[in-house]
Amino acid sequence: MSGGAIGSEEGREIGERLPARRLALPRLGANLPRTLALALALPLAAALGWEAIVAAGLAQGRLLPPPSRVLATFADLHARGELLLHVAATLWRVLVGFGLGAAAGLALGALCGASRFARETLDPTLQALRAIPSIAWVPLFILWLGIFEASKVALIAVGVFFPVYLGVCDAIASVDRKLLEVSRVFRLSRVETVRRVLVPAVLPETLTALRSGLGLGFMFVVAAEFMGASEGLGYLLVDGQQMGKPDQILAAIVAFALLGKACDLVLVAATRPLVAWQDVARDRL
Amino acid sequence: MLTIERLSKTYSDGKRALSDIELDVRRGEIVAIVGGSGCGKTTLMRLVAGLDRPSAGTIAIDGEPVVDPHPKIGVVFQEPRLLPWLTVAQNVAFGLLRRPAGERDGAVADALERVGLAEHADRLPRDLSGGQQQRVAIARAFAAGPEVLLLDEPFSALDAFTRADLHGHLLALWKAAGLTIVIVTHDVAEAVMLADRVVVMRPDPGRVHDEIEVLLARPRERTSPGVEAVSRTLYAALDEARRPAARETDQEAVGLWW
Repeated sequence: MSGGAIGSEEGREIGERLPARRLALPRLGANLPRTLALALALPLAAALGWEAIVAAGLAQGRLLPPPSRVLATFADLHARGELLLHVAATLWRVLVGFGLGAAAGLALGALCGASRFARETLDPTLQALRAIPSIAWVPLFILWLGIFEASKVALIAVGVFFPVYLGVCDAIASVDRKLLEVSRVFRLSRVETVRRVLVPAVLPETLTALRSGLGLGFMFVVAAEFMGASEGLGYLLVDGQQMGKPDQILAAIVAFALLGKACDLVLVAATRPLVAWQDVARDRL
Repeated sequence: MLTIERLSKTYSDGKRALSDIELDVRRGEIVAIVGGSGCGKTTLMRLVAGLDRPSAGTIAIDGEPVVDPHPKIGVVFQEPRLLPWLTVAQNVAFGLLRRPAGERDGAVADALERVGLAEHADRLPRDLSGGQQQRVAIARAFAAGPEVLLLDEPFSALDAFTRADLHGHLLALWKAAGLTIVIVTHDVAEAVMLADRVVVMRPDPGRVHDEIEVLLARPRERTSPGVEAVSRTLYAALDEARRPAARETDQEAVGLWW
């Protein structure tokens, strides 16, 4: 049969292409140094430029401290043992809030995605609640939960809940009907269908929703720490403002950026094996 | 072994997709169902697959009514419909989840061997060509051990060479496993190359227009006189099936004149 040769030739060609695809993260391959250099050029130039201007005495750097002073503040905070304390406090709040909010979002999102009745009864209320700016809950949370950790964690959880809930709900609603039919043709039970088709199919969108939830968690931890905290990166911000220490404010901002990015990277790296099968250009880093 | 009696399907919007289909498929037979678009070919396929419920009439396999997907009926869709997160072998094993692992692995390896993809077992679907993906879909349906294999325009998205290759694989499966095959197609050449019997459908609503026995020995050559003669008959039948409305109004007009 003449067709057989065609099939196998095709196979060889694909076979040669395959290993590179599997092993490397395609978007970050040989171009990594160049990508990094291009990405860092602008912020590095700005930082070094400002450093030079201040060093030359052209500006005082009192309101916008040069990088060297921000680094010195970092070193100072670290030496006094405060840096770790503040980072740990903030991280703890974000992670607990994220855990609670994401768990609730996943559960209710799955419920609303799977059950029409649940969607019709729950979704309108949740959508209405979503329309309330999350910060508006702060006074109520303080009355209910006090001014310490519980009210902060609650605010973060609310912020994380909505993107996760919406993402999961949408993901379930948009699962390919054709794949579900395959599961019907092979007479899989409901439970098997959920486990073998539904969960893998909604995983990528769910992870995206979790990522945006985590991002919002960091947004809300600042708000939460603004409303009164004695430790945490948000406290460093407020303290820096009240004490007139812009270098401390900048140090806290940089710490936020690094912490947020690190958490996102951990989330992406931890879940990448689950969605490695995707044949799409995924946003990386 | 597959009996379809007075089968009709009217969709909830009132569209009559199928009307009074009668079809009897014998064990080991290859039946091709051809017709233009809108003949209800796919509707018929979905009903036999147990994915939709008929409005009237019955489908039975060995006397058992088909109301839900039936274990004796395997389905290959127009698209491969592989699960993108599973490897080729895992996809083929998808219909065998309840079998013991050893038996399952054997069946998967056998099915992949038969469609010539044994060496691709650990790949993901995205790394295969369209033809290879459809071969995996055939292997997946075959591995579950059906007696009847339904194929809904399975090769329509493929080029002519790949299609001929897949015809070869399908006929090999049919011969080795004693399958009964029902294949929906809009490709006359495909119907003539594969089928023992070709059912020609006509549209609005979908009905059986004609049945043509293909009494040619296998393997068939695309260019042999026999194949060409059957093709001509088939084209003529399809042509006729496309103009049924005109004929009916003619008859009505005659009646009115009387």
